[in-house]
Amino acid sequence: MPEAFRFPKSLKKTLFHYCPGCHHSIIHRLLCEVIDELGIREKTVGIASIGCSCFLYFYIDVDIVEAPHGRSCSAGTGIKRARPDLVVFTYQGDGDFAAIGLGDSLHAASRGENITAIMINNTVYGMTGGQVSPTTLPHQKTTTTPYGRDPKREGYPLKVAEILAGFEGVAFCARTAVNTPKRVIQAKKLLKRAFETQLEGLGFSYIEFLSACPVNWKMDPLSATRYVDKLAETFPIKVFKDRLSEGKT
Amino acid sequence: MPKIKIKILEERCKGCGLCIEFCPRKVLSFSGKRNLQGYRVVAFNDFERCNACGICFLMCPEVVFVCEEE
Repeated sequence: MPEAFRFPKSLKKTLFHYCPGCHHSIIHRLLCEVIDELGIREKTVGIASIGCSCFLYFYIDVDIVEAPHGRSCSAGTGIKRARPDLVVFTYQGDGDFAAIGLGDSLHAASRGENITAIMINNTVYGMTGGQVSPTTLPHQKTTTTPYGRDPKREGYPLKVAEILAGFEGVAFCARTAVNTPKRVIQAKKLLKRAFETQLEGLGFSYIEFLSACPVNWKMDPLSATRYVDKLAETFPIKVFKDRLSEGKT
Repeated sequence: MPKIKIKILEERCKGCGLCIEFCPRKVLSFSGKRNLQGYRVVAFNDFERCNACGICFLMCPEVVFVCEEE
């Protein structure tokens, strides 16, 4: 690997504020490596969300806009329609994309806006202290479901990637994780593919990362990283739709 | 000996231990040292056996492992 041990150029040297063992910063690094490899740093605009990822502008050296809670895809729509030459990505958590912003996100995907949405699914509201989120697993303990999420009372987890894969306007839809070295390499390839889909102008590209939240899962970093495998049983890791490679074959 | 000089940026380390867990040759361990944030930092315990495979760089959330010229 020629790129190993290289600090990405788009990543600022600021120390991350994330908790020890949080997968957010691995995904930040992958994102910066992809931006560097595609050479799109000067024309990229990122839309940060509310959540742990709201300080995106401290770490990634591209233009970042902070959107209101859940409205990242709508803000991205406006930027992309005003300046179609820019590369627009949104970086959202599951509480932002799948709870408060579900309407905005689904409609942006349904309209086939030519933006890239990155969703970090850690099954809890990380920043506010680990409350139940739409993607919480059944029987998972959170602050607001202290006896476990009972599907009869709180419902079943929302599988956003499966929903989006059925939309006509979505050109790329994948779910991945970063809890083993192999998956980190695969995740980087998929993230690059999502950006290439946007550069080709094919439509909405969506990539979901299963991520660990050691503090709110009340685990140490290693157990939380292993617990992501359990998430992968409910949220299967696969590419649901890839219109970029369909056209080539 | 690894072909490239690997430097550990100790001030970035948060002591999560993912690099120690995933290192295939088990050349990393916690040192007794603490950084300014108060975390126990990671260090090489057997630098000669490291072959610079890059897995610690892949798994490290804090980009602690960089090559010397950075």
